[in-house]
Amino acid sequence: MKNLKSLALVISLVPLSFSVFAAGGKVHLDHADTDIMDRASLQNGAKLFMNYCSGCHAISFMRYNRIGADLGLSDELITENLMFAGSKPGETMVTAMPEGAASKWFGGVPPDLSLVARSKGTDWIYTYLRSFYNDEARIFGVNNKVLVNASMPDVLWSLREAQSEAEFDNSVRDITNFLDYVGEPAKLIRLQLGKWVLLFLGVLFVLTYMLKKEYWKDVKYGVWRRRD
Amino acid sequence: MKNNQSWIDQRFPLSKVWNEHLAEYYTPRNFNFWYFFGGLAVLMLGMQLITGIFLTMYYKPDAANAFASVEYIMRDIEWGWLIRYLHSTGASAFFVIIYLHMFRALLYGSYKGPREFLWILGMLLYVLLAAEAFFGYVLPWGQMSFWGAQVIISLFGSVPLIGPDLLVWILGDYAVGDATLNRFFSLHVIVLPLLLVVLVFLHLVALHHVGSNNPDGIEIKENKDKDGIPKDGIPFHPYFTIKDSMVVVGFIWILCAVIFYAPALNGYFLEHANFVEANPLKTPEHIAPVWYLTPFYSVLRAIPPMFGSQFPGVLAMFAAILIFFALPWLDRSPVKSIRYRSPIYKWALGIFVVSFVMLGWLGLKPVTPTYALLGRIATALYFAYFILMPWYTSIGKTKEVPTRVTE
Repeated sequence: MKNLKSLALVISLVPLSFSVFAAGGKVHLDHADTDIMDRASLQNGAKLFMNYCSGCHAISFMRYNRIGADLGLSDELITENLMFAGSKPGETMVTAMPEGAASKWFGGVPPDLSLVARSKGTDWIYTYLRSFYNDEARIFGVNNKVLVNASMPDVLWSLREAQSEAEFDNSVRDITNFLDYVGEPAKLIRLQLGKWVLLFLGVLFVLTYMLKKEYWKDVKYGVWRRRD
Repeated sequence: MKNNQSWIDQRFPLSKVWNEHLAEYYTPRNFNFWYFFGGLAVLMLGMQLITGIFLTMYYKPDAANAFASVEYIMRDIEWGWLIRYLHSTGASAFFVIIYLHMFRALLYGSYKGPREFLWILGMLLYVLLAAEAFFGYVLPWGQMSFWGAQVIISLFGSVPLIGPDLLVWILGDYAVGDATLNRFFSLHVIVLPLLLVVLVFLHLVALHHVGSNNPDGIEIKENKDKDGIPKDGIPFHPYFTIKDSMVVVGFIWILCAVIFYAPALNGYFLEHANFVEANPLKTPEHIAPVWYLTPFYSVLRAIPPMFGSQFPGVLAMFAAILIFFALPWLDRSPVKSIRYRSPIYKWALGIFVVSFVMLGWLGLKPVTPTYALLGRIATALYFAYFILMPWYTSIGKTKEVPTRVTE
């Protein structure tokens, strides 16, 4: 009933909804500069994601063995190194954290990250993960410049302390790259295939152009009429 | 072979149709770039139908499963991503083609007599295509699908007296939900495609009855040789079938460049927010239709609410589309083609194009005071093109139209 009421309200506020726009100011986003064709980066990103992120965040549209096939990892390697929550390589990558507990701990279920690179963009992820700062007013003692009052703790802190700034940026870049791949695994295929498709069509275009030119000689010299 | 052909011809007018509509259908020989788009529109319709058939095999029209089923197609179905991109990027490509096709009619006066009915059928096709695209955009059940539907359908709620009941009748519920998704699926895959195919057929019947216009705006049928063949005409087959094949390959090259390297075109063809599943409790920061419907969305926003109702804006939005139907009767010019029109018409058309593009661009943007003002100016200029047309097409010096095509 409450849902219904709020929807009825939305409908009655149509004129207002035309001008719906975020009050949130624009934050400068650093360029992620990821390369989805960089397999080592994707593998490292997958490793870091499984270690630091997958405890809370599902990527439930993704399958373990699809990652294996795309990143060149065998089923054994996946089972040993990536599969913390699932039991079979063909399963989708949900999180082990129970929903009820998640709500209790974080005030909400951490979002599924399957499509975060497509909805937010890689620059957003890259900047967000590098924008945590100390803020004692927040429950986890940290806040974020990109997503103000984010309920996520600074899970990468140990990594940041262990690495130099450049190394840490690279680690975040690899996680971002991996999430970009997770957002659209087919991107690997289409980027590889695209040039061949365009090459084929380019050649076909030249042939059809030559064919057209040959036929249209008739029109040019006014002899198109059937001579029977 | 010959025997087979006569066997069929005794029972079905195969050779007759082949000759009348291809081998002996005479087409002006001076067709230029602007005449590529009718054939390409047919190609796109076919491609949307075929890719749509395959998508329907895996898509689930169910509010709980729709979003995931699209991702299933994108990830787990063999070549599903390609079929889906051909369909979703294809929808945008279809509108690029249709807008260029319509602009051709404005350039060369193709809507003028005897092609008024052809134009009306074409406009009906445009309206149906816009509806088809709107219903299709709801199906992936992302945030933009949901909230776009919410905003657009709630417009019907502003109709005086019957509005609220009309709204419930359209939605099948008190809010956009599973019932709405199911009926939009039905309309998208059955009702509108059927109507589109039938109307395209009628559009072609009308075209072949009156014959094509051309860049000079001359009736080639008025100049026939002793065999009754237009002197400026050439058979559609093989000359235009061959030429159009070349055009088709060139077009598919461009389409594939987009599909393989930027299928979402940075949020213009697939909006970023549509990669988040529909959530009735969370309004996106900024709701905008896909680019091809934004000019009319801008008109809607340009009209302020009157008497506490959004209805005048809704009327203006529909008027912006419907006024196209009146074009053949608004245009009083003695000539058809832009080549022989008066300078004032060239200015009017130029300003119209600028206002249309401006409206389209503004429709993607949030409303700010500057944009609101620009939107109103562009809306005024948009309607001025039509409303003032009887006046500015009857003044100004037109050039003399030659009796034969010039190229």
